[in-house]
Amino acid sequence: MGSEIVKLEGRKIYPGRVRGKTLATGMGISFFGGVDPESGVIVERGHELEGQSISGKVLVFPHGKGSTVGSYSLYRLKANGKAPAAIVNAECETITAVGCIIAEIPCVDHIPIERLKTGMTVLVNAGVGWIEIQP
Amino acid sequence: MLEGEQGRAVRKSMEILTTLGTIYGAERLIPISSVQIAGVSYDNLGEAGLAFLQEMADGGGKARVLTTLNPAGMDVENWQALGISPEFAEKQARVLEAFGRMDVVVTCTCTPYLSGNLPHFGEHIAWAESSAVCFANSVIGARTNREGGPSALASALTGLTPAYGYHLDENRRPSLSVQVEARIEGTAQFGALGKVIGEELQADQLKPVSFITGVERASLEELKSFSASLATYGGAALFHMQGITPEAGLHSTPGQTLRIAQADLEEAGQALNDAAPEEVDFISLGCPHLSLQEIAHLAQLLEGQHVEREFWITTARPTKQIADRMGYTRVIEASGARFSVDTCCVVAPIKGRFKALATDSAKACYYAYAKNGFKTAFMPFDDVVRLALRPQSG
Repeated sequence: MGSEIVKLEGRKIYPGRVRGKTLATGMGISFFGGVDPESGVIVERGHELEGQSISGKVLVFPHGKGSTVGSYSLYRLKANGKAPAAIVNAECETITAVGCIIAEIPCVDHIPIERLKTGMTVLVNAGVGWIEIQP
Repeated sequence: MLEGEQGRAVRKSMEILTTLGTIYGAERLIPISSVQIAGVSYDNLGEAGLAFLQEMADGGGKARVLTTLNPAGMDVENWQALGISPEFAEKQARVLEAFGRMDVVVTCTCTPYLSGNLPHFGEHIAWAESSAVCFANSVIGARTNREGGPSALASALTGLTPAYGYHLDENRRPSLSVQVEARIEGTAQFGALGKVIGEELQADQLKPVSFITGVERASLEELKSFSASLATYGGAALFHMQGITPEAGLHSTPGQTLRIAQADLEEAGQALNDAAPEEVDFISLGCPHLSLQEIAHLAQLLEGQHVEREFWITTARPTKQIADRMGYTRVIEASGARFSVDTCCVVAPIKGRFKALATDSAKACYYAYAKNGFKTAFMPFDDVVRLALRPQSG
């Protein structure tokens, strides 16, 4: 990676510009039942991010899964100050998209998420639909 | 509307609808004439869902088309007798109050088509509640995607939905032929059939629309049970049934064929039967909500009898009111069975209250286990009633 800035183009889901550290997984996330809405910690048994907090992170995962109530869970995380700073998906679906819209969490999809690892610093410009990996 | 000149709630709704349209490649938003909203029980919504609904109501949201509600977490009029806490009742009342302020009709039933929300063939609608979606698309021939709570509300407040999925002809064509080689009768057997087909669909990444042959006749109640089960086990929104559903005649039988024999149905039924009859401490009929005919039949079975176990009958308020007038309610309640109106055993906060459920509903068995950790006994409607008449020790 070196000191180069890498720009990845995607698609706007919900606008917003934010810089933060990534928390990345190749597994889907269920916001209803899979994340504790009070703490922002992933609690799904056997999930590779189990025990880690999504709060304040640029959360990178392929797509949401599970109950449509998950949209409200994102809203609840936001109300509790435990929401992710932004969401980056490979392919966004209804639960995550609606959750981001009602909770006003910047979200982009169509990003090649395999290029993102946990702990990277990224700038998300969701209104235009790209992210930058920063050195 | 997206610019927000009609208020915050409409603006938020338009953001939801246009974004879903973008994700799923819709070319436009189309008008809809009916909405059914899910996510009504406080047990599922939680404080966040309630806060969101209040914000939408405060933001000036008003339903522009006929909009009805899924079951709540309690009998709105009789919650105390059914063991619901005052804290829960207060939260649930706030949820209904927020919907009411938005001019949503607070029916609280999963069978809106039995309570005055009945679209016609070909009508575009936006329904949540998976069993009603499957019934509306398949049995009525109306057109809806499987909406979630917020997207259905967004459609209610704008009268619009993005045109993709089951709104379009090309996505309503069947691609899997299902040949039923067994005699299917009664709500339980239709539920078992829904489970067998649903699990096949679930295993197929392409989620084909099924074209079912070999079912000679099906009542309203059987189709209601089948739709609920197919949606629960297969995530299906649409099926065609030759000679029974209205769009079946528009299509020819697809080449790829799945055959279902009597043994497959028995195996599916057995898989839902992990509770011994003597373990059953909770009996529930009404998933989906009972029709008036089912209540009339139940009254016949319970006339002069005494039930020995906790027995809930779940139905819609208007249906119960006709049952009151017909005298069915008096007969049923005299037996010791109880009406739990506006709610159901899937969405009521009953975790920890019971150990094992007996029911004729394949859908109820799924949620009893997944949501509440109950064992289940799955059997035909009349057998459920007979079991209720036997003491638990006997």
